Amino acid sequence: MSTDAVQRTDAAANFDQELITRYTFAERINHWIGALTYIYLLITGLAFWSPYLYWLAAVVGGGPTARFAHPWVGLLFTASYFWTCIEWYRDMHIDAEDREWAHEIKNYINNEDDKLPPVGRFNWGQKLFFWGMFWSTILLLLSGFGLWFTEDISWKFHILRMTIILVHASVALITIGLFLIHVYMSTVLEEGSFGSMVHGYVTRAWAWTFHRKWYYQVSGTPRPKQ
Amino acid sequence: MSQAGTEIVRASAHPGTVPGAGLNREFQVCKLVDTTTCIGCKACEVACLEWNGYTFTQTSFDNSYQTMPETAWNYWNLIKFNEHELADGRMMLLMRKDQCMHCEEPGCLEACPADSAIVQYANGIIDFQEEHCIGCGYCMTGCPFNIPKFSPDARKVFKCTLCNDRVSVGLEPACIKACPTGCLHFGTKGEMKELAETRAAQLRNVSGFADAGVYDPSGVGGTHVIYVLHDAKNPELYGGLPKNPHIPYSVKLWKMPLKWLGNLAIVGGIVGMALHYMRVGPKKEEPIPPDERRV
Repeated sequence: MSTDAVQRTDAAANFDQELITRYTFAERINHWIGALTYIYLLITGLAFWSPYLYWLAAVVGGGPTARFAHPWVGLLFTASYFWTCIEWYRDMHIDAEDREWAHEIKNYINNEDDKLPPVGRFNWGQKLFFWGMFWSTILLLLSGFGLWFTEDISWKFHILRMTIILVHASVALITIGLFLIHVYMSTVLEEGSFGSMVHGYVTRAWAWTFHRKWYYQVSGTPRPKQ
Repeated sequence: MSQAGTEIVRASAHPGTVPGAGLNREFQVCKLVDTTTCIGCKACEVACLEWNGYTFTQTSFDNSYQTMPETAWNYWNLIKFNEHELADGRMMLLMRKDQCMHCEEPGCLEACPADSAIVQYANGIIDFQEEHCIGCGYCMTGCPFNIPKFSPDARKVFKCTLCNDRVSVGLEPACIKACPTGCLHFGTKGEMKELAETRAAQLRNVSGFADAGVYDPSGVGGTHVIYVLHDAKNPELYGGLPKNPHIPYSVKLWKMPLKWLGNLAIVGGIVGMALHYMRVGPKKEEPIPPDERRV
């Protein structure tokens, strides 16, 4: 291999590894407020969920403290999520191309991303996560208020008390599912994702591979003529 | 009760049978409230406050003799007054002493998420252990009788103990002690049930209350507080006593199928993700094709 060829490869690699801002400082701070409050809600919620997990309440200060703080932390999470919505709702619109992508999600699951149509800043799965969390947060907030102030729900409406117990638990389970998939994909599965939520950057190659339409928008590299 | 273990079953050098051997003692306690002989004097309300150390709180006047609309965290015993018009136009004032029913299958205990915050004793008493209570209020949803009440200051839930502290040392509950008409009785479940049925039969056969009967609802496995009612077919008339109380279906659904489905889904999801990673591995970025590079 000639020296010339080696240099060219280095230059190509350097180009691929150039950094693009994916998340602003504000977006990252908000994400971690949401993440930490969610984890607290998850720990205390699971403690109330199962007797076998009740010890989790002791980890965060005991049952009564957990009961006292859970609703307040819930409000904090809701506020954080509200902020997320303001930041991202434009990027989260599900369009026809997303549905096309969803149709071929098998390729995504099999890690054959090159067979998928190019996606924008967020893919269909991320959008699904976003809207799933959005509606779940609303339902958890409403049912949570009822559980927070059970004694203020008149006995005449005790059917409401019974309903919200079930709603809060069921919707929380849905968010746990969303949360687990989100954590798995962003920390283990897709290399470079976790770092992007910490320092804010992704490489050109990462953006080109996973969010190609977004890459062309923000990288200053024009989409090649077909 | 605690004395149960000290019954003599063998005695040394004792000729013949041990005294008391084969004795079949019933430990299930029961309070009988005969609403037909209650005069609404509220002595039981006062006795309850006095024994349990609560001061009298402000009462609310609602065109009725009733002290307040419903029991409170520091007011466990309340006579409910209900005017009822009979078919022939005569009026009746129905008075029912409302308190914890001490269900055999308690909805409060079923719904409670805190370890040992609600216990059921062998004698049938359901008791809240406030040191373990976290104040979530799920018991208030699980109870079909609207009995557990939340104290905003203590951030814990309180209710009638059936004077467990008195019963455990062989005394009758404070309300029973105070009742001047003898409408309140205390004894074993068997005795009280028998007494109640005798009284109900008397009401039916002698006093002209054709529908008189005993309230011991089977939907919660029977209760350790039972009523004699003039009209057992319409318990709702007595300040909203439910006709067929049971643990709420949502609580049952939440505590059994949903719990196991949820647990299975969580564990299954984690295992599934681990298998997915082992099978297809991480998603890695691809090199950008040369024609899209500006080097």
